[in-house]
Amino acid sequence: MRKFRLIPGVDKTLLIKDAAKLMPDPARRQFLRGAASLGALTLLTGCDIVDGPTAERVLRKISEFNDGVQAALFNPNTLAPTYPESAITPDFPFNAYYGEDEAPVVNGETYKLEIGGLVENKTPWTLEDLYKLPQERQITRHICVEGWSAIGSWTGARLSDFLKRIGADTSAKYVWFRCAEGYSNTIDMPTALHPQTQMTFKYGNEILPVKYGYPMKIRIPTKLGFKNPKHVVSLHVTNKDMGGYWEDQGYNWFSGS
Amino acid sequence: MSVSAAIETDAGTRRDRPLIHPRWVRITHWINAVAMVVMIMSGWQIYNASPLFEFDFPRSITLGGWLAGALLWHFAAMWVLAINGLIYLALGIAGGRFRRKLIPIRIGDVFGTVREALTFRLSHDDLTRYNAVQKLMYVVVILAGVVVVLSGISIWKPVQLSWLTALFGGYDAARYVHFFAMATIVGFLVVHVLLALLVPKSLRAMITGR
Repeated sequence: MRKFRLIPGVDKTLLIKDAAKLMPDPARRQFLRGAASLGALTLLTGCDIVDGPTAERVLRKISEFNDGVQAALFNPNTLAPTYPESAITPDFPFNAYYGEDEAPVVNGETYKLEIGGLVENKTPWTLEDLYKLPQERQITRHICVEGWSAIGSWTGARLSDFLKRIGADTSAKYVWFRCAEGYSNTIDMPTALHPQTQMTFKYGNEILPVKYGYPMKIRIPTKLGFKNPKHVVSLHVTNKDMGGYWEDQGYNWFSGS
Repeated sequence: MSVSAAIETDAGTRRDRPLIHPRWVRITHWINAVAMVVMIMSGWQIYNASPLFEFDFPRSITLGGWLAGALLWHFAAMWVLAINGLIYLALGIAGGRFRRKLIPIRIGDVFGTVREALTFRLSHDDLTRYNAVQKLMYVVVILAGVVVVLSGISIWKPVQLSWLTALFGGYDAARYVHFFAMATIVGFLVVHVLLALLVPKSLRAMITGR
């Protein structure tokens, strides 16, 4: 641990406020606020491990290390547990960073999935064409980064089949998804090729409702819920990590289950 | 050595006293103390994102500020806790310290110790030997430590390690197991810190070894 000395005369709380600026809104600007109360640890260790900028840098480095550990732990053949129909959570929760009435309404008639990046055939896909892909159903557990979980039924096409169909370079590192409301996610290629990673068109027996991501959600039962983008309008195969809405704010990038 | 010098007491000079805690015990103890406090405080913040019960933890005693910050702390300190804990368990088992100090625990002795404590006759003269209540508490907290780590891993990797999650009764049940293991450790901590303050030479022994 590096010794981090405060500049005499500089208010420690100001430094922590400075670090908190990286956070998007006041409610979340508490990132390291609690750290100040850990002052006692400084006495024990002799070095100020909880100083704002240093702590944030170190924590982010460790989170990146954890991405690598999780990628190594990820077995492409390990399937997420599946459940009987009776286990499906009644009234599967809506969850987003906006209210349910603010969910984007996409016009299915004019919708086209934009394809980009390291792909041979970049022709956009209409919803009608997407629906023609071979589909399968999965009943799996959605686990939220907040801790709660719910079991749902999702039907759609395997992303791995689709990537092959469009001639994607599957040796590329990432697949990046952009959503109608501006949300985004980047996922690792091994997860994109996992047999349960699905382009979802139906929830239960009905066309995917707006609250679950009409017209298309990417269902990834091997990742936390926020890594399952809804209202997906664009898909890019890339070697550059494009980040994501929550990942950029501090949630662990890999977030594998 | 200034710390130990400052707390020398009438019990004789440092060299005269028997070695109670070898160096590896003291080092792993204090590393564990720091890692455990970070895990608990950040864990409370994570709990607040989706409480299991009708209460949440006051912000002032949590670490991380918001969910992402708390998760970063939690998944950083977990390495310190787990690696340090493995070293402690390995040395404690291989070196025979656990066997010598923690077993056997006799129910009769536990009640005897409680009776002595309640009548203020409990002796603290020989810190090299644990009384039955101490033994019981240390065994329980070591087991709770193992359970808190394993249930934590099962919540972190319910797909890759689904067998472990199943062992705890599934994902949702594992969250409760993780919570109650934490509660056990916190309960231990309260008593442990209180008693260390009541018998300061036990605190000295965990710093200087004697």
